[in-house]
Amino acid sequence: MELTGAQILMRAFKEEGVDTIFGYPGGAVLDFYDELSRTDFKHILVRHEQGAVHAADGYARASGKVGVCLVTSGPGATNTVTGIASANMDSIPLVIVTGQVPSPLIGNDAFQEVDIVGITRPCTKHNYLVKNVKDLARIVKEAFYIARSGRPGPVLIDIPKDVTKSKAVYSVPDTIVLKSYNPTYEPNLKQLQKVVKLIRKSRKPIIFAGGGVILSKASDSLIEFSRRTKIPVTASLMGLGAFPGTDPLWLGMPGMHGTFRANMSIGEADLMIAAGVRFDDRVTGKVEEFAKHAEIVHIDIDPTSIHKNIPVSVPVVGDCRKTFAHLNRLLDKVDLGDLDQIREPWLEKIRKWKETTPLKYTQGELIKPQFVVEKLYELTKGEAIITTEVGQNQMWAAQYYHFDKPNHFITSGGLGCMGFGLPAAIGAQVACPSKTVIDIAGDGSIQMNSQEFATAVQFNLPVKIAILNNGFLGMVRQWQELFYKKNYSWTNMSFAPDFVKLAEAYGALGLRAVRSDEVEPVIREALATPRPVIMDFRVEQEENVYPMVPAGAAITNMILV
Amino acid sequence: MSEDKHILSILVDNQPGVLSRIAGLFSGRGYNIESLCVAETIDPAVSRITMVTMGHAQIIEQIKKQLFKLINVIKVHDLTTEKSIQRELILIKVYAKSEHRAEILRIVDIFRAKIVDVGPDHYTIEVTGTEDKLDAIITLLKPMGIKNIARSGRIALLRDSKQ
Repeated sequence: MELTGAQILMRAFKEEGVDTIFGYPGGAVLDFYDELSRTDFKHILVRHEQGAVHAADGYARASGKVGVCLVTSGPGATNTVTGIASANMDSIPLVIVTGQVPSPLIGNDAFQEVDIVGITRPCTKHNYLVKNVKDLARIVKEAFYIARSGRPGPVLIDIPKDVTKSKAVYSVPDTIVLKSYNPTYEPNLKQLQKVVKLIRKSRKPIIFAGGGVILSKASDSLIEFSRRTKIPVTASLMGLGAFPGTDPLWLGMPGMHGTFRANMSIGEADLMIAAGVRFDDRVTGKVEEFAKHAEIVHIDIDPTSIHKNIPVSVPVVGDCRKTFAHLNRLLDKVDLGDLDQIREPWLEKIRKWKETTPLKYTQGELIKPQFVVEKLYELTKGEAIITTEVGQNQMWAAQYYHFDKPNHFITSGGLGCMGFGLPAAIGAQVACPSKTVIDIAGDGSIQMNSQEFATAVQFNLPVKIAILNNGFLGMVRQWQELFYKKNYSWTNMSFAPDFVKLAEAYGALGLRAVRSDEVEPVIREALATPRPVIMDFRVEQEENVYPMVPAGAAITNMILV
Repeated sequence: MSEDKHILSILVDNQPGVLSRIAGLFSGRGYNIESLCVAETIDPAVSRITMVTMGHAQIIEQIKKQLFKLINVIKVHDLTTEKSIQRELILIKVYAKSEHRAEILRIVDIFRAKIVDVGPDHYTIEVTGTEDKLDAIITLLKPMGIKNIARSGRIALLRDSKQ
């Protein structure tokens, strides 16, 4: 039986196990939406297409599945670009379907026409323009395969309107074989032997885990590996939660706003086992000084990540989970000696760093933003899914909410995209209806996609937004204070809507805390409210994120409080 | 670190947009393209891109890995590190005043080139060879006055018959 392109897309979604679509209708996707109304997919109607992609991103990270978006041509498609670029930087599996003007009009500058395949070529893992309805089912299957396999990423499918209307028999190959795409999952065992050798030799080893550990669901094998070898663990922003934030072997996050002990450990380590990381400049600081005494083992499924920013002694191309599982098996056969004794001087040194120079702030009558995050941590028992916007709010969330489990911290790491947190929280809440989902936001970032609050209320998604409201674009102001002689050029955002009334205008609950003793009651009330809530915390205006490594400096060169 | 010239032979899916993915990769990451040559192979579903690029070892390594990461790229060979045959074709339109004609014909003969078009005041010469040979003939013809040049960019194949 022949199906229309629209029917083929719906069936292909079903076969890929899609349950939720984040989307926004428009002229070029009318046929899809017509068909969608006869299916049982959950459709979340966002208020801006950027929100659709961030929501799908949050959904993908919280659920471990592929996030799906459906938007129209032209502006619908261009509005997705920021979201796609963010997902691409963070390797998040998404499939974005964009409508396109009818094939005969392509290239004619038709109404709502844009070359979205051209525009998104550098910020997708792959993309397609479907020219023939006969190819549609196969392309959708390929797109999901590419999105979720290897190093995951967003894949865009652009479908002209006539293709959605024309008919074909639904036919897909049983398995997708692409002669040009075969990710390497299994690590080279010879390389792993070398790793074990290095571990035996090392006296100051550390593990550096990244987003790849979470994406490959390697957390359990990483924890086993770390505990058996007694090697302390640091994790990049994208890797937070891959290793328990309450474990004695936990070092905290490294880099520009990393903990003292994480950065010092990297500076002194003689062995770094890096897994699923790409050595972003925010982590490495001055590259020549980064882990300069260490032999570096780099495990990553993407060969381009290896040797890109940092020279590596032992490259291991492979899936993090499989690699740690192999390493754990190798450990069965080797004698690592009396590890308690061997590691003691190193771990003792790290404990000293932690004791002498912990993360700290002083709480007065005015609310400190760090205090809000700590209270959120305490009152949710560390079990909430936290999304963030970008800037100071993001760094305080990373520093003071101690993530014990993967898939609980959702942030725009690579692109650093303000306006991410609220739609991502919506997506995460859709994926995990029974979880508490909190967007830790700034007063600047929240205004970038605050329209999505309507989406949360409409679909009864009880996300909580904690605005650390300091009346500034705080991180930029911090740089201006420290490096531009306090010339606060255009970072003062003292005009903002009344966020409590804004919540009420959307039919949600708005709460405010002005004094530090009001923080806890506000959070308690928000958590007890089964509806979306905005919490407006009026925090100390010129609080800075510390420690801080100036851009381009060695990460052991920290500005402390 | 020294920058070296590398000749990359890239097999890709013969589909619209693939060249733009590759060109975009180079411009987006700040790599150089010195010359570029694209055509179908014996298998009409596959095209060969022969590209000359510059960079020090680590950059060339990244270029190769980044190219291979593109979904439509099937194989990447660095012909600089393997034994290969390389050729380039060039068309030279040279002024041919009567006092120079004999000399031009002699040069054409020495280089085993061909005159493929004759006009009232010019010859068009076709010559193939390695870069050195082509540079040499250009140097020799320059004094007569070169009107125009079109170079094909380098093409290359591995000597090994495996490919």
